[in-house]
Amino acid sequence: MRTAGYLRRFGVTGRGLVVTLPYLWLLLFFVVPFIIVLKISFSDIDLAIPPYKPLLEWVGKNSLAIKVNFNNYAFLFTDSLYINAFLNSIKVAFISTVLCLLVGYPMAYGIARAKPATRNVLLLLVILPFWTSLLLRVYAWIGLLKANGVINNILIWLGVIHEPLTMLYTPFAMYVGIVYSYLPFFILPLYANLEKMDWQLLEAAEDLGCRPWQAFYKITLPLSRNGVLAGSMLVFIPAVGEFVIPALLGGPNALMIGRVLWDEFFSNRAWPVASAVAILLLILLVPFMMWYQSVQARESAGAR
Amino acid sequence: MNYKSSYFILTCLGFGFAFLYIPILSMVVFSFNASKLVTVWDAANSPTLKWYHSLLNNEEILDAAWISLKVAVINASGSVILGTLAGFGLARFSQFRGRFTLNAMTTAPLVMPEVITGLSLLLLFVALEQLIGWPAGRGITTMTIGHMTFSMAYVTVIVNSRLATFDTALEEAAMDLGARPLKVFFVITLPIIFPAILSGWLLAFTLSWDDLVISSFTSGPGSSTLPMVVFSKVRLGVSPEINVLATITITVVTMMIVGVSLWMARMAKLDKAAA
Repeated sequence: MRTAGYLRRFGVTGRGLVVTLPYLWLLLFFVVPFIIVLKISFSDIDLAIPPYKPLLEWVGKNSLAIKVNFNNYAFLFTDSLYINAFLNSIKVAFISTVLCLLVGYPMAYGIARAKPATRNVLLLLVILPFWTSLLLRVYAWIGLLKANGVINNILIWLGVIHEPLTMLYTPFAMYVGIVYSYLPFFILPLYANLEKMDWQLLEAAEDLGCRPWQAFYKITLPLSRNGVLAGSMLVFIPAVGEFVIPALLGGPNALMIGRVLWDEFFSNRAWPVASAVAILLLILLVPFMMWYQSVQARESAGAR
Repeated sequence: MNYKSSYFILTCLGFGFAFLYIPILSMVVFSFNASKLVTVWDAANSPTLKWYHSLLNNEEILDAAWISLKVAVINASGSVILGTLAGFGLARFSQFRGRFTLNAMTTAPLVMPEVITGLSLLLLFVALEQLIGWPAGRGITTMTIGHMTFSMAYVTVIVNSRLATFDTALEEAAMDLGARPLKVFFVITLPIIFPAILSGWLLAFTLSWDDLVISSFTSGPGSSTLPMVVFSKVRLGVSPEINVLATITITVVTMMIVGVSLWMARMAKLDKAAA
């Protein structure tokens, strides 16, 4: 007891200790790394290990020179490849989010309105693919979409087409892959929101003469706004920086920023350029992340 | 309450689940195909277990699976400890310095694109090595640290939401009866959140086992994980052995998920019966 009091005098409490460990861990391995990325994005490429020049250099005996160069950023804005990759990533992520909304909303709604026993089974069926490797599930689409793949074989057998369709390595394949992989991320938060809905409101609206579609548009949709937003963020933000799906399904012309970053880093060993790409991507995504967090806060405040 | 669903909703559910499951089922079916072309069914010689045989004799894949297993187990155990502490702190301490930051730091990894997390972790490890000589080179240790950083965020969310649905009355009662906070945690809180901790462990294991991007950035020579080997194979085209690997993965995951759900449903029933 004495030691506890002693520690407390220095502000060390049990409570403090509980949160200190995860706090320090995330600070060191999640926050500090971004500062280093920022630093390296301002340094020169060097043919050395590691392949960048230090920012701080001793010039002569007593003077320390800081060499900050904006060349990497200037490079990103002058070469149209990078700007196109950024714009294309946003476009692809946005369209994929809309597609997830169109496919996922009716599914989440159907699950929320099913009988409790059925509901649990359906929910399990949504969660199950999420637990199976993303890489393997994306790989499955290669087998389905390629020239002598399952879909072409079936269509030819049915006589619908005579020549195989080119589907793999097209934007279409990439959209299919992204929607397929991220659909559970959209359905689960939306379901969690719809589950809390008071369906008697819908009955009341119908009793008062509302058509089912009108009732949906006027009641269900506005009330599920936070669920839709949370699901959309969980799809949109990671999809902007997605690497695996464009690399496997998108073909060589699929210009996505996550892939550009990967190639700069692994193929060109241009660490400073890759860092500058990461910083710009982060600046682009932080507003969405903050929006997601405020939606989450509102959602859990509403739950209590 | 009524449980009516229109034909429109039922159709959507049908197509939606077909969309989710046809690719998975196709891998299972074609894992028994004798043809090396994978998607062209060789009716004369199929079904066959020959690709199962060749997968289980593939040294490269088995070595990678062993590395993945080690990383995944250490990662899951570590992230459960860190994530439970963070989730407990966020759910039970309404005010403390750094609460906002901790909350932000445990939400951000959930949505952060993996290429950014991977790159930034690698640059940290390189900088640390230059500065203090640790970690010397990259491999299992650096990969595990990378995985723990994003896995613990998931565990935090799970533990936090489990605690949020339980009121503090039980814990308060124990404290009133004179139990020390540490004892209350181990005797009352821990059993309550045990299902969440178990789900957290399994999820952290799976996230690590499946991770490609963060592993690629933070691994070193000779420490390729299973997804890294699969990725390099898949880039060259479809391979029958990958279908087998997928089928084994799906079977294990399905048994695990169904088993845990049944167990939790039974626990919930017992809880209700006791109350």
